[in-house]
Amino acid sequence: MKLDIVITGVGGQGNVLASRILAQAALDAGYSVRTSEAIGMAQREGVVMSQVRIGEDLNGAVIPDGTADVLLGFELAETVRGLPKLKPQGTVIANNKTIYPVTAALGLCHYNRDQLIDYMHNNVTDLHLFDATDLAAQAGTTKTTNIVLLGALAATNLLPFTKDHLLGRVLQAVPAKFKEINSRAFQLGFQAMEVQ
Amino acid sequence: MKKLLMGNEAMAYGAVEAGVQVAAAYPGTPSSEIFSTLAAMAEDNGIYAEWSTNEKVALEVAAGACYAGARALVTMKQVGLNVAADPLMTLAYIGIKGGLVVVVADDPGPHSSQNEQDTRKFAQFAKLPVLDPATPQEAKDMMVSAFDISEQLGLPVILRPTTRTCHVCQDVTVSQQRQQHQATGFEKSPKWVIFPSLAIKQHIWLNQQQQKAAEIFSLLHYNTATYRGKIGVVACGVSYNYVKEAIAKLGVELSLLKIGTPYPLPQQLALEFMQRHDRILVVEEQEPVVEDQLIKLAWENQLPLTIKGKALYVPREGELNVDKVAQSIASFLGIKLSNNQTLPLPALPMRPPVLCAGCPHRASFYAFKQVADKDAVFAGDIGCYTLGNMAPLNATDTCLCMGASVNIASGMQRVEPKRQHIAFLGDSTFFHTGIPGLINAVYNRANITLVVLDNRTTAMTGHQPHPGLGCTATGQQTVNLDIVKIVSALGVEKVLEADPYDLAAAKAAAAEAINFDGPAVVVMRRQCVALKNRPKQLPKKINAELCLECRVCIEELGCSAITLQDDQPAIDVSSCSGCGLCAQVCPAHAIEEVR
Repeated sequence: MKLDIVITGVGGQGNVLASRILAQAALDAGYSVRTSEAIGMAQREGVVMSQVRIGEDLNGAVIPDGTADVLLGFELAETVRGLPKLKPQGTVIANNKTIYPVTAALGLCHYNRDQLIDYMHNNVTDLHLFDATDLAAQAGTTKTTNIVLLGALAATNLLPFTKDHLLGRVLQAVPAKFKEINSRAFQLGFQAMEVQ
Repeated sequence: MKKLLMGNEAMAYGAVEAGVQVAAAYPGTPSSEIFSTLAAMAEDNGIYAEWSTNEKVALEVAAGACYAGARALVTMKQVGLNVAADPLMTLAYIGIKGGLVVVVADDPGPHSSQNEQDTRKFAQFAKLPVLDPATPQEAKDMMVSAFDISEQLGLPVILRPTTRTCHVCQDVTVSQQRQQHQATGFEKSPKWVIFPSLAIKQHIWLNQQQQKAAEIFSLLHYNTATYRGKIGVVACGVSYNYVKEAIAKLGVELSLLKIGTPYPLPQQLALEFMQRHDRILVVEEQEPVVEDQLIKLAWENQLPLTIKGKALYVPREGELNVDKVAQSIASFLGIKLSNNQTLPLPALPMRPPVLCAGCPHRASFYAFKQVADKDAVFAGDIGCYTLGNMAPLNATDTCLCMGASVNIASGMQRVEPKRQHIAFLGDSTFFHTGIPGLINAVYNRANITLVVLDNRTTAMTGHQPHPGLGCTATGQQTVNLDIVKIVSALGVEKVLEADPYDLAAAKAAAAEAINFDGPAVVVMRRQCVALKNRPKQLPKKINAELCLECRVCIEELGCSAITLQDDQPAIDVSSCSGCGLCAQVCPAHAIEEVR
């Protein structure tokens, strides 16, 4: 068993929390794990990428280019930016919502949403693109976008543990008063994959 | 017991296991979480833990504890070691009584640093043993070993993890057992007083210790060799992980020497490895520390082998990874790597890190930009506020190192006395090394303005406390050192305070300080927006009927909560912190509270 997962997004989207939840779930299920995360200056609303490696005989925490099994994308442009990490025929589960950087609002660069969506449809074999931010809002707060996407990941048969096992880990990782919202977010993400 | 731990957390567990009694640190990415984890465990384990005002102070506090026979730990990032260099270099001569481990986290890349200096070189320069962990598990184990080695040799030992060990999580086996050490107390002796006569004697001793350290290292399991054929790779620290994966990827058979102790080199083991091979490639991040020592050792022993590394095959700048290392090994073996055909990506928006939505520093910079001359120089410093350099604020013209802004401004002002020179420092940076520069400016009558951006925390590294907050590392109440009073006591005649969220007041204070003849200080005080216990303010929205679409809010503030929606400025309620700066800037008064 070996599973390499890349999580991409924007600083503040709960990227680190998502990778820790996955890693803890894998550890509980008896696997070795490695994660690598962006901490410090890079977190300040910049590009962030976490990497989670699950399996046996693991080496470093950094996934080589073109070898990741899954790309979990929290934001549209950042998902595309992370694509070089994915193996051919790899799975992409991603949010189609955009977060426009200040540089785009200032006209220093362009953010072409339609072009990015077309690019993914044309180049990713196993693509699951949906509005995770909207589902998170339905659950109670857009801050649970990361949990929606973990729920969606649990609906694939890629993880070496069950959906309930992962959900259990989610609920242990979030504060008590947010358990219900996160549980809903997880379920909504799971269902979003089922209807696809 | 197995726990999911980040490398930094694992090192804290290691220190507790080793029975550390005193710990001191100054935060800095990638090192900060070592100490915050330890501080959280301090009370239960009877450990004294402090955030010191800078790295030199931290090292000296730890050294004092060791003089008294305790096991002590000090942690910092690579550039922090420059600040602590003075005590470190002499401490190597003096030696220690209780074990002393100095953790210096390096940041190849760099991800969050102003340079890529290699602490292994510093260790070699200081003649101190250095351990270089490849994984969080090894970082934890090496922490325990480092204390033992320190006491065996009577020397401080440097533990040098890099970002990919510090900020990597792994399933780490930890022990619940804590070693017990009794500090025997300080014993008066001439050996603690570094007169020149003692330095001469101790320098001989220190040089002798190098050989002893090399012998100890040759027996350590952090250095291992596996043999396959006449060609080998030597890898140090995290490079070992990349090499193992690259060898598997390439499907080649190679011997592999793993070096976990780059200085001094485990000579016996290295010699044996070299004797059994015709050609070796040395793979290490940053400087050729292991490579240079291997070349010297091979030459001294007249070994007929080829040693290659930095010159032809391995990058000397930036971080390594499996792909880079596979390329290095392939070129070394003369294998052609099939180029992975990757599709070109479409144009992607730039997304550099920026000041958070509602960050009070944005308001401070904006106020100063409004009242300062167009050609005023803004001398910046190290912290979140370095991001003030991003468009559209463009409010950071220089950045060198902790505490430099006030001195850079003072120096520049000697050359261009007619220009306005405005220096910025964070609150933690003020205590770190800002104060001596300000004393110098006062004493020498530098005509500058210093702005202390007091956001009530050490924000960039994860909200550590500092002497201005009335709270210690372990959460105890303490005195609260008032920056305004300190500045006044230093002899600054013009000291002003303002809330950056009150734009008119902030601008007035800025103008008064800039126009003052002589050094002036403005303390801009407002809590960091990322602090959890901050009083909440209602988010703002733009009243579309009143909006003139002049885009002042976007083009002058660069707040990430304000973006364009269908070409109209709009505020994202979920990221707006409600600071209200945009409402004060909007000429149409179109920005109002969301109720």
